[in-house]
Amino acid sequence: MTKPLSSRDWLLSDLPTSRRQAKAGHFYRIWLAFKANKLAMVGLGIVALLLAAAILAPLIAPYNPVIGGDLRTERLLPPSLTHLMGTDEQARDILSRVLHGSRLTLLVVALVAVIATPVGLLVGTTAGYFGGWVDSALMRVTDVFLAFPRLVLALAFVAALGPGIENAIIAIAITSWPPYARLARAETLTIRDADFIAAIRLQGATSPRIIWGHVVPLCLSSVIVRVTLDMAGIILTAAGLGFLGLGAQPPQPEWGAMIASGRRFLIDFWWVATMPGIAIFIVSLGFNLLGDGLRDVLDPKSIK
Amino acid sequence: MTPFLSVENLNISFPARQKTVQAVRGVNFSMGRERLGIVGESGSGKSQTGRAILGLTPSPGVASADRLEFDGTDLTRASQSEWRAIRGQRISMVMQDPKFSLNPVMTIGWQLIEAYRTKHRAPKSLAVEKSLEMLNAVQIRDVERVMRAYPHELSGGMGQRAMIAMMLITEPELLIADEPTSALDVTVQIEVLRILDKLVTDRGMGLIFISHDLRLVSSFCDRVLVMYAGQIVEEIAAADLAHAKHPYTQGLFNCLPRIEGGIRPLPILTRDDAWAN
Amino acid sequence: MYILDIEELAVTYTKDRQKIRALKDVSFQVKQGESYGIVGESGSGKSTVLRAICGLAPQSHGSILVGQKPLDASRDFDFYRQVQMVFQDPYASLHPRHTVDHVLSEPLTIHRFDDCEARVARALTDVGLGSDFRFRYPHQLSGGQRQRVAVARALILEPQILLLDEPTSALDASIQAEVLNLLDRLRAERGLTYVLVSHDLSVVAHMCERVMVMQHGLVVEELTRQDLQARRATKVYTKALLAATLGYRADEKEKPQ
Repeated sequence: MTKPLSSRDWLLSDLPTSRRQAKAGHFYRIWLAFKANKLAMVGLGIVALLLAAAILAPLIAPYNPVIGGDLRTERLLPPSLTHLMGTDEQARDILSRVLHGSRLTLLVVALVAVIATPVGLLVGTTAGYFGGWVDSALMRVTDVFLAFPRLVLALAFVAALGPGIENAIIAIAITSWPPYARLARAETLTIRDADFIAAIRLQGATSPRIIWGHVVPLCLSSVIVRVTLDMAGIILTAAGLGFLGLGAQPPQPEWGAMIASGRRFLIDFWWVATMPGIAIFIVSLGFNLLGDGLRDVLDPKSIK
Repeated sequence: MTPFLSVENLNISFPARQKTVQAVRGVNFSMGRERLGIVGESGSGKSQTGRAILGLTPSPGVASADRLEFDGTDLTRASQSEWRAIRGQRISMVMQDPKFSLNPVMTIGWQLIEAYRTKHRAPKSLAVEKSLEMLNAVQIRDVERVMRAYPHELSGGMGQRAMIAMMLITEPELLIADEPTSALDVTVQIEVLRILDKLVTDRGMGLIFISHDLRLVSSFCDRVLVMYAGQIVEEIAAADLAHAKHPYTQGLFNCLPRIEGGIRPLPILTRDDAWAN
Repeated sequence: MYILDIEELAVTYTKDRQKIRALKDVSFQVKQGESYGIVGESGSGKSTVLRAICGLAPQSHGSILVGQKPLDASRDFDFYRQVQMVFQDPYASLHPRHTVDHVLSEPLTIHRFDDCEARVARALTDVGLGSDFRFRYPHQLSGGQRQRVAVARALILEPQILLLDEPTSALDASIQAEVLNLLDRLRAERGLTYVLVSHDLSVVAHMCERVMVMQHGLVVEELTRQDLQARRATKVYTKALLAATLGYRADEKEKPQ
């Protein structure tokens, strides 16, 4: 969220004099409400940290994530000052791998959100707005996709197209959009008969204009909250796929794959599997807290 | 009349993010077993005043008063058990929309029986008898059906009559009615008011009638309190409303369109900031 | 000449395979420049009449002529330039995420008007709102201000007929007077035709020259303002409505329904 450089008063003014000021003021009020929630700020902080780690990984990672050190002396070293998270069985620094792995995690999360959200919104609002056979047809399609468990679909994709992180992303995105469609449809149904929709229809607006300009903005809040809360699940699914060897392929430092390969060392060299596990836990928690905070703040009744 | 209810310096405030909102400021009034109307527009504090008498100010609101006395009982210092003995038993409240004030998952009969048995430790058969009696008193014809019906199955007027029955089955001494007929059609309103009139007269109850409708309140009540911005600006006998002294009351009275009227344009109420002090 | 001619209008809703006849047989005519009232209680179908004229209700029978031309099944651009509506609930008739400016410019964009800026500014001053209000969101406006914006929105396409669905029912009495005066002034200034629906006989008698009383989807009778003022009603239902305007009178005997 970018805050304009103007003073607080300009943003909170009750008499905005331009579209820009009105919009900025609106977002600023939302930001103030969000800021008041400490847990939500923690969530935002964690997500910001993920972003920073992903962007800066090549600069801040102390070692090469893919090429290990001396296989005789540097394998499975415990956490120390030289290797903050220890090394794995191929003498690779785990911290560097975790940092680079954050890029993969972010990639999965971002791409799934970017693919699934618009599809879900489009299908849901169209179905809800038009009703009738359009609604039935689209909802049956949604049901079909909803019926697939993510991992099973991912297996199918892998069997068809080969393993790899791109296919994992497609598989996850395909199974993620149906709940957003359902949610968007439910929201659309509540506003479809509202007077403001009737008013704009009476002024000659076409259905696409109404759906895009009037329906979608009102569905956006709950869909954003839902997507954010889902991200934890998406990360876990990607990690699960990685664990099964279906996601990112070695030597890519995907967190789930790291857990899988560190599994057999769990008793004596716990850090190999646990460090990426902790990373997954923290990032999932971060998205959950962020999602909860957004839900408290974007609930239309509490926006003032 | 000996004060049946006394309110002195009632203040209700609601803390909000930027500042505290004073919903009710320094309200003083007392009443006997009569019909008192409280009239005001939205935001005048009339509903909050009614709720404060029952100690039902919604949180985070805070109500305070120098004196809030009902028939000798000091309500400012009442304990939870004292409140339980008063709410619904000695002071009852009828609200605007029966759809929202009746429990939607319980039948009317069940709610009536429960209301009765909360006050009297009576066997169920007696409670049922009293409930049927009460439904008859509010002139519901098909009492058996209504006993078994759920609130959403009743029309607005019937639902409101059922609500009145439920609130009066415990034979309270004071009834607070908060916009009891505002959600009803105008012909049904008159019917419901007639029932309320009869019950209040027959039982010698006190009535506080809260409404935005000045004409209605003045035709139903003995005395009227006019509220604006959390304060009482005028206290007047209902019959004297045409000769009100405060400019707000006059303005409110004059700005209503009338059938016989013909004043064009309608006189506007110009608010004076001095009224809010 | 009649600018609005409704003959034997019927509206039937189908819900869960059950047919609900909201309007059974309604006929009336409105002259150009007239203010015509429709009064009735809930379930009378008064609001449905307006919705049917706008094409927002499923018309099952009858004809609607606007400017003596019959309407197509779907209303076209010309219709929207002739007929507009002001809705009842000021809290529901404005999009919560659109500024006043957006609400007023969108119809201009749809109909490809030029000089939108000037038109929006003028629309606001016409309804008594200053330019201060232009970029506010609906939750920053009071009920009366929202209703003024709704009126401005309805008039920005310069229609000839304004349909008003209980425009002041949700407003406080003092604000109601202001909005009614505004509507009066605009009608005089622009020579508009009003069809005003209300449950409040006093409002309708004040604003309208002729009034149609409805009950259960049917017309009960049609009266002039003079008839109402003299309380000259022929039907029992109308008399009951008239009596109710006098407020509660304890000495009144119960009337049979």
